Amino acid sequence: MRQGIAPRLVLILYLVLLMLPIYWLISMSLRTNADIMSGLVLWPRDPTLVKYRAIFNDPSWLHAFGVSLAYVAINTVISVTVALPAAYAFNRFSFIGDKHLFFWLLTNLMAPAAVYVMPFFNLYYAVGLFDTVWAIALAHCLFNVPLAVWILEGFVGGVPREIDETAAIDGYSFPRFFIRIFLPLIANGIGVTAFFCFMFSWVEQLMATTLTSSNALPFAAVMTRSYSASGMDWSLLAAAGVLTMIPGAIVIWFVRKHIAKGFALGRV
Amino acid sequence: MNDKPVNNRAWLMVLPVLMFVLFSSVIPTMTVVNYSIQDSMGVNNFFWNGDAWFRELLDPSTELGARFAGALVRTFAFSFTCLAIQIPLGIAIALCLPRRGWAVGLSLVLIALPMLIPWNVVGMIWQIFARADIGLFGATLTGLGLRYNVTQDPVSAWVTIVVIDVWHWTPLVVLLSYAGLRAIPDAYYQAARIDGASRWAVFSKIELPKLRKVLVIATLLRFMQTFMIYTEPVVVTGGGPGDSTTFLSIDLVKIAIGQVDLGKAAAMSLVYNLIIIAVCWIFYTAMTQLDRRGDA
Repeated sequence: MRQGIAPRLVLILYLVLLMLPIYWLISMSLRTNADIMSGLVLWPRDPTLVKYRAIFNDPSWLHAFGVSLAYVAINTVISVTVALPAAYAFNRFSFIGDKHLFFWLLTNLMAPAAVYVMPFFNLYYAVGLFDTVWAIALAHCLFNVPLAVWILEGFVGGVPREIDETAAIDGYSFPRFFIRIFLPLIANGIGVTAFFCFMFSWVEQLMATTLTSSNALPFAAVMTRSYSASGMDWSLLAAAGVLTMIPGAIVIWFVRKHIAKGFALGRV
Repeated sequence: MNDKPVNNRAWLMVLPVLMFVLFSSVIPTMTVVNYSIQDSMGVNNFFWNGDAWFRELLDPSTELGARFAGALVRTFAFSFTCLAIQIPLGIAIALCLPRRGWAVGLSLVLIALPMLIPWNVVGMIWQIFARADIGLFGATLTGLGLRYNVTQDPVSAWVTIVVIDVWHWTPLVVLLSYAGLRAIPDAYYQAARIDGASRWAVFSKIELPKLRKVLVIATLLRFMQTFMIYTEPVVVTGGGPGDSTTFLSIDLVKIAIGQVDLGKAAAMSLVYNLIIIAVCWIFYTAMTQLDRRGDA
């Protein structure tokens, strides 16, 4: 299509500006603290992997990385699983209170995490889940379940209703139809939804750090801890920061083809 | 949209979602409501306080009310500034993205990258990146002869927070707009070319109307997120200098955890939540009404 030179230049300029802070992070992770503080350096002079080695040799960092991946995975699985039937119901049927229920679900996306920190602390303490990966996984359901319903509803709407009817005539029971026929049809949607759930759970810090104290410290909490312990170990923090980008980059690489279709079918 | 069969058993399919949301939203909200009508002394001493916190909060002549009003104005100003920059910029970048070829995947992955960085890491990057002596952003601005100092000058602090948010979240608008653009059939463009439509006509008559749905989603999501921004300003400016970047969430946490004034904080968060819901409800209703008129 109508692709001239100008749009390409704008895009390249935007991508460069977008990558500069990330480049800065990577560059800091390869330099020593003294070098970082010494002044503006565009290119690391003697790149060193010392800080990465330090992280990989420290069990508390590795454990924290595992914890973060664990609660994000649990949360993504829960969110997508419970949201699937709900998204189907919202798209295919009208029932008492459906529109208000849908908006009420969305209001949970608007709930500021800061508000819920204290009540969540009390709640998870009371039910004995405090300081486990389950506490964080469940807490993140607050915004990820509604988000998953919202995205999936759009994808369900992209499947023609005739398919449901044909399957019913062919004698499929509803659960069998749903799992054998319907889910494969919206596989892309499930991928995109999982990506967004992964993303919002992975980047959320406030709840994740408040709901844990020692056993299930997420990556971010270990980062804040190394803030105060050794003054400012910028180079170590930068290395840790670079590592936090890797899982997300891998996930987005897998869904890159479908991400563009994500909300296109969505409704509001 | 009105031809959906009525089936109240559909509630059964919504039930799992309801259970999760009841657990993670309704129970904590009730705790907040409970706090909001009490005064706390020490850790576990609560006294009935009725609606006193709410009255204090909504009366700008009291100390708490003035603080709340200030934070509210700042938060609204921040949200609108961010939306005013991000939505047009996001659409513009989405229009620049190629429609096919190897560059599409690569561009999308690069564009999505900032969104996948944990928020405290985002703060950390900009803490250094915005410094005039060792960070590229700060050094560039100072090099251009601008008075730039994040910790001393309120304007600099504001610019920095807005730039961070634009950097961090414009990608979401780009992804959504690009998804909307991809959904426009090629036939529309061919028809426009045959009619000799100008680039602007194609944009305003074909692309923009088709983008409306995704733009509603983008605006709603971005409004909610900017309205409750917390981590980035806390890490980069700490809410300062003075209280110039103290947004609602930050003030809330200061009161709730810093001063352990659970009652005040709870009342504040309820009012805060109601404001977000009200704004979104108005927006949501207005847009769905427009949509219905558009379809008819």
